Amino acid sequence: MNKRKSQRRFIFACMAPAVILITIFMAIPTFNVFRMSLYKWGGISNNKTFQGLKNFKILIKDQNFLQSIQNSILIITLVTIITLAIAVFFAAILTQEKLKGQNFFRVIFYIPNILSIVVISAIFGAIYDPQSGLLNSVLGFLSLDNLKRMWMGDPNIVIYSLIFALIWQAIGYYMVMYMASMASIPDSFYEAAGLDGAGKVKQFFVITLPLIWDNIRTTLTFFVISTINLSFLMVQIMTSGGPNGQTEVFLSYMYKQAYTSSAYGYGMAIGVVVFSFSFILSAVINKITEREALEF
Amino acid sequence: MSSIKETKSKSNIKLYKILVYIALIVLAVSIIIPVAWVFMASLKSNAEFVGKDVNPFAFPKKLIWENFSLAFGKAKMGEYLLNSVIVTSLALIISLIVALPAAYCLARFEFKGRKFISAGFMAGLFVNVNYIVVPIFLMLSSANRTLGINFFLNNRLVLAIVYASTSLPFTIYLLSGYFRTLPTAYEEAALIDGCGYFKTMIKIMIPMARPSIITVILFNFLAYWNEYIIAFTLMASRNKTLPVGLQNLMAVEKTATNYGIMYAGLVIVMLPTLILYISVQKKLTQGMSLGGLKD
Repeated sequence: MNKRKSQRRFIFACMAPAVILITIFMAIPTFNVFRMSLYKWGGISNNKTFQGLKNFKILIKDQNFLQSIQNSILIITLVTIITLAIAVFFAAILTQEKLKGQNFFRVIFYIPNILSIVVISAIFGAIYDPQSGLLNSVLGFLSLDNLKRMWMGDPNIVIYSLIFALIWQAIGYYMVMYMASMASIPDSFYEAAGLDGAGKVKQFFVITLPLIWDNIRTTLTFFVISTINLSFLMVQIMTSGGPNGQTEVFLSYMYKQAYTSSAYGYGMAIGVVVFSFSFILSAVINKITEREALEF
Repeated sequence: MSSIKETKSKSNIKLYKILVYIALIVLAVSIIIPVAWVFMASLKSNAEFVGKDVNPFAFPKKLIWENFSLAFGKAKMGEYLLNSVIVTSLALIISLIVALPAAYCLARFEFKGRKFISAGFMAGLFVNVNYIVVPIFLMLSSANRTLGINFFLNNRLVLAIVYASTSLPFTIYLLSGYFRTLPTAYEEAALIDGCGYFKTMIKIMIPMARPSIITVILFNFLAYWNEYIIAFTLMASRNKTLPVGLQNLMAVEKTATNYGIMYAGLVIVMLPTLILYISVQKKLTQGMSLGGLKD
């Protein structure tokens, strides 16, 4: 009996700090996001009045928000497709071929993933700088002066500059993910296919791709979530949405409303919409990529 | 006939290999050059950045180490570095002290509410700080107002607690997964020998979980050290951390065209992570397949 009691006390002492901290700093703030979205809440006076779904009604007519939806969807789509293709390609090469310096390449490709998003933004600031930037001077060196651009200043280009930076930082992470799952495919599959006369390209589509399909599906969800988050941080640091709202993304607009202009209720309504959007998009992607599971 | 075919396919394979190498090298160069360039730029004088026909790829004419002393002193990067060290180490300590016992209990004991708590923690994996950073800020500032003090914002300890708390779901998930793989024989023997629950956990189980603890420390170190948006929101006036300080420096020095100091600041931020990464890269890229969610 006494032992039981002391066990209960031990479990309580172990669990309580974690439960308390997660409740205060994660559960309550999350709950507050939803609650605050129903209030008119903000300003210096900090008064709040309940107004139901009015924030959402304003939101669907907000041109700036519609612009940020467009930008976000473009960024998510391009970053996902291009990064996925490049990462799978390099992962396949690095696991399949007996190459010299395999480990060296893997180590190098993963580097962007350990750098702070601020560092990455600063690096791309240096690359895109119109006068002394690396990109424009390489173009000048190749006598391609007519390709020189204001990479972060031209409203037509700036979003692609951002997309490029996001891809640059994401490739290594996903490549390592795919390499891990490709490494578990037995060599004998490739040997058998090789004997049957299947070339490398065919082997890739018939063996590698179907066998890592589940892994790819998981990473598609990661792509949606992390691109929404990282594009926000990068925009926040590099462009603050400019020029002319051309790089405004979901969460940068939320942050702008909620923190910079203290329209807390409205900002949180944006948060709710974005959260639901990412949730629904992930579910849809998950559904349409469903294939019969292949096992080996 | 067949030998011709063979040489042809051999040269095909060779060509293929060369193309593969070229692709790999292009990608590697596109990552190495910008990073290496920052190191080089951090030692250049200002005149080497500004002007029409400046070649940004030229080596520094003279190594200006002064950039670093200016970054540390005048640009306050030294102070920010100290703040980052304090916040990161406090957060690491708090996260381990809180997460280890909880992970151990979730993995080993049956108790009332276990399922509920563990589902709650799992749900926490999907809550991203970007959504909740403003509510956290409002909560802390209203705590300040209600108590009539100025404690909860611009406070390194509070920032460390927020970091540790928001990483708890991931930390507990990873650690309890590892505890489950450990054999129960040791702790049963210890309990029979009259060793208390607490002592068994500290003396026997936690040392056995070392590999997973190291993985968790690595991931959390990178997350805390590099974190930007929480620090930016909660430390608006004092005690800034390195990434926030760097962002400030970027905004200020660019208009004052003091590029050298800015790149020196950049080196100060990324050098610790690069050194850590180079020394433990195997662990990091392997640990990833244990299941990490990206932020």
